[in-house]
Amino acid sequence: MRAYLNGNEAVATAVRLARTEVVAAYPITPQSTIVEKIAEYIADGSMAADYIRVESEHAALAACYGAAVTGTRVFTATSSQGLAYMYEMLHYVSGCRVPLVMAVANRGLAAPWTIWADHQDAIACRDTGWIQLYVETAQEALDTCLQAYKIAAHAEVLTPVMVCLDGYVLSHTEEIVDVPEQEAVDRFLPPYQAAYAVDPERPYVFGVGAGPELYPAFKYHQQQALLRAQEVIKEVDREFGAQFDRTYGGLVDPYYCDDADVILVLMGATAGTAREVVDDLRRQGERVGLLRLRSFRPFPVADLRAVLTAAGVVAVLDRDCSFGYEGVLATEVKAALYGSPAPVASRSESQWGQPLVAGFVGGLGGRDIGPADLAGIYRQCLEALRHRDRGGELVLSGGWQR
Amino acid sequence: MLAEDTLKRGPNLATPYLGFTTGSWRTERPVLDPERCNNCLACWLFCPEGCFSRGDQAVSLNLDFCKGCGICVAECPRQALTLVEEGAASARLSER
Ligand code: SF4
Ligand code: SF4
Repeated sequence: MRAYLNGNEAVATAVRLARTEVVAAYPITPQSTIVEKIAEYIADGSMAADYIRVESEHAALAACYGAAVTGTRVFTATSSQGLAYMYEMLHYVSGCRVPLVMAVANRGLAAPWTIWADHQDAIACRDTGWIQLYVETAQEALDTCLQAYKIAAHAEVLTPVMVCLDGYVLSHTEEIVDVPEQEAVDRFLPPYQAAYAVDPERPYVFGVGAGPELYPAFKYHQQQALLRAQEVIKEVDREFGAQFDRTYGGLVDPYYCDDADVILVLMGATAGTAREVVDDLRRQGERVGLLRLRSFRPFPVADLRAVLTAAGVVAVLDRDCSFGYEGVLATEVKAALYGSPAPVASRSESQWGQPLVAGFVGGLGGRDIGPADLAGIYRQCLEALRHRDRGGELVLSGGWQR
Repeated sequence: MLAEDTLKRGPNLATPYLGFTTGSWRTERPVLDPERCNNCLACWLFCPEGCFSRGDQAVSLNLDFCKGCGICVAECPRQALTLVEEGAASARLSER
């Protein structure tokens, strides 16, 4: 069935189709309408779930954790300050290997106070042990939530998943969404079967204390699970594609990267604009490409290398900043490419070993990133390459959209 | 050490297994004189760590989780328990 949905409604629809059993959330803009919609579904009987009302985001995630260890399928959603308030519980949920799904309608962090989109909220939770998937469209938000339940509960992953969608740009913007049939979703996503759960007949201690002799082993296996998740995310996306005829590339979503001299790397809805810009520049004969990063954690080093190493310049657009250094994604892309072998066959005269990575910070606090902004980044990088091809040095300082 | 499969699923363990012992934190420990014990089970009831096991004639002590709080010593009506300093010559090491 095709429906006219915004990103938040698409997420709520996915949560209903996944037959989620427990939802606990605290309202925060721009996430609120996700759980408002879910509350409506529960009230009108179209969704059989318990809705736990809580006094804060910290309590929301704690309630979800408690519900999840009883072996139920659980969902929550938040944004910005709310996600920051959950910080302690984020580690609890991932550390205890609880496979729940949370939508994050990305929004900047105060101060200054803002309700508008950027990625700082989720990026700041980079090291909490959650899988983070960033989506481009409302359709992908719906599909990724369904995939997320499958990824999270995979026996070799057992890790919570954040589905990140840009506030307003996705959360509040309608598009035509293909809503899968319930029977098809049931086939893709069977009921959640926990390996063990709260059970009076078989008592368990959840989140035991672990001394120095045991703690590192638990963390080692958590790291292994997140690395393993790379393959699982791809598998689940392929499986989803086989059943629903839509895939998103798994970890990375390259667009015209095969012969590109300049590749722009970014996450989220800005990719929609970037595709238009790539099309436009390609018509003008410029070899430019786009790599939309879908999985920020786990960070797909091998997939990035496979696509990026042959480019001359890799421009990275961050909707976040690690203050005192640079955009987080820029650092990570550089680290991923560091030490990677230069491509065997030189693709063009612009071939120069490893690509130069240039970091751009833009779109903070909802600042619009238009086609002209993105074309500007591409042109700056192309110009730097041309300068080098004329015998000059390849220099690029990146930029900050002020 | 726990089995790999258990480690892989996270720090959630079937009871009575606990991840690690905490007895090493104490500075004092109770020593039981079974001759004085009349099996009244006051210590068994009061010990916050469940260190006492019931027996036919007297209780027995497992100090893996004993914090040396001394509650059992204070509660024992028969002075069958004494608190000794860890490492002191008076500590009967066989009872560790
Ligand atoms: S000292 Fe405290 S913890 Fe140790 S056995 Fe006595 S009551 Fe229990
Ligand atoms: S309280 Fe004293 S007498 Fe009673 S069981 Fe314990 S050790 Fe024995």
